[in-house]
Amino acid sequence: MSIRAISVHEVAQKLIRKEPMFILDVRNTDQFQDWKIEGAGIQHLNVPYFDLLDGVEEILEQLPPEEIVVVCAKEGSSIMVAELLSEQGRRAAYMEGGMKAWSEHLVPLKVGDLRHGGELYQFVRLGKGCLSYMAVSGGEAVVVDATRMIHVYTDFARNLNVNITHVVDTHLHADHISGGRAIAQETGAEYWLPAEDAQDVAFAYEKLGHGTEIKLGSGEVSIKALYSPGHTIGSTSLVIDDQYLFSGDILFIDSIGRPDLAGEAGSWAMDLRETLYKRYRDLAEQLIVLPSHFMIMDELNEDGTVAKKLGELFLENHGLNLEKEAFVTMVSQNLPPQPNAYQDIRNTNMGKMSPDHEAQREMEIGPNRCAVR
Amino acid sequence: MMEQAHGKLDAKGLACPMPIVKTKKAMKDMEQGQILEIQVTDQGALGDMTAWAKSGGHELMKHTEENGVLTFWIRKG
Repeated sequence: MSIRAISVHEVAQKLIRKEPMFILDVRNTDQFQDWKIEGAGIQHLNVPYFDLLDGVEEILEQLPPEEIVVVCAKEGSSIMVAELLSEQGRRAAYMEGGMKAWSEHLVPLKVGDLRHGGELYQFVRLGKGCLSYMAVSGGEAVVVDATRMIHVYTDFARNLNVNITHVVDTHLHADHISGGRAIAQETGAEYWLPAEDAQDVAFAYEKLGHGTEIKLGSGEVSIKALYSPGHTIGSTSLVIDDQYLFSGDILFIDSIGRPDLAGEAGSWAMDLRETLYKRYRDLAEQLIVLPSHFMIMDELNEDGTVAKKLGELFLENHGLNLEKEAFVTMVSQNLPPQPNAYQDIRNTNMGKMSPDHEAQREMEIGPNRCAVR
Repeated sequence: MMEQAHGKLDAKGLACPMPIVKTKKAMKDMEQGQILEIQVTDQGALGDMTAWAKSGGHELMKHTEENGVLTFWIRKG
């Protein structure tokens, strides 16, 4: 029996449709426990490939008769193990590109239409829980919180026959490398960044501040900036077409942002409180919140998008329903570990270092840990 | 002063899983207590070599990293 290659695209589609899938993850146990492919239909078995060099006979009983998707860090070991399974008469596939490719894969999904003409798309990075956006109107597009896989956005815009005219980062990211500046360079678009987060950056940018308004196409669709510090001192939310709220890393579906990535947990906790309990309270509850991250697959809607009305989050999100003291404790103590290489990622996003492609991949390996629940 | 390695393995330029496959094979020909020195360039080998040595009952005595080359010293258990 021959083995088949399964693309990260196919794995992502199965995952969103909650189809059953059995994954044999052959990375070492530490790596597996730190970060893996997760979803409602997924069953896992983790056996490091180096325990299978003499054959897979010992684990056959633990495997279902259905197709087994073998996953490793890059691909090589998963091919070897899939072949061993195949020799034993099992149906086996290996995931092309391994977890490195999984980390980089983006799924574009349409969130909805814009009232004043145009569409809004969300790019779901399943492997890291990052969300980025493209709003399109009148032949122009704005990209928000782009990942470093910039050609996903530029190709997408080309297929829609629109020009990317604005690129926005809601804050200086510490969990992933921004593609914002690179997209702007390639397309000639304006690159917007909150000035408070950009004090040390080594490049020119447009200052995104409270009240900044960006218009698309003929000008009917506007994006208004709302200063909302707390995750970083410059964190800025965007309201687009009076319909959607890009909440950046301030508010998620089932959790809220963490204020400590730059080592400022104490002083930023009150900023975060003010943003979530005052500034956001003044907004229309009908706004649909579009965050820049999700933490667990349960935060995805049926169609795979991550979006929910602000009014519902006020009722359901634990982090929006705490007394002041409990809130400060939650956001400044017992925080989850910081993302891998977060300092290097910050420096890259500030233009202070320019790691090559492979180094950028390595820096981003692992889960995302921006939120507190 | 560290003990002299009894054997050396050059696995530079090889991608996963080959560094571990070759290390395992080389270890088979050695005697308990002897030390194998392994050089690899696959950066993923750091975590894997550590985990493999542990699961096989070997001792990873130390490792160094220089110009992208990882060198491991493993004592056969």
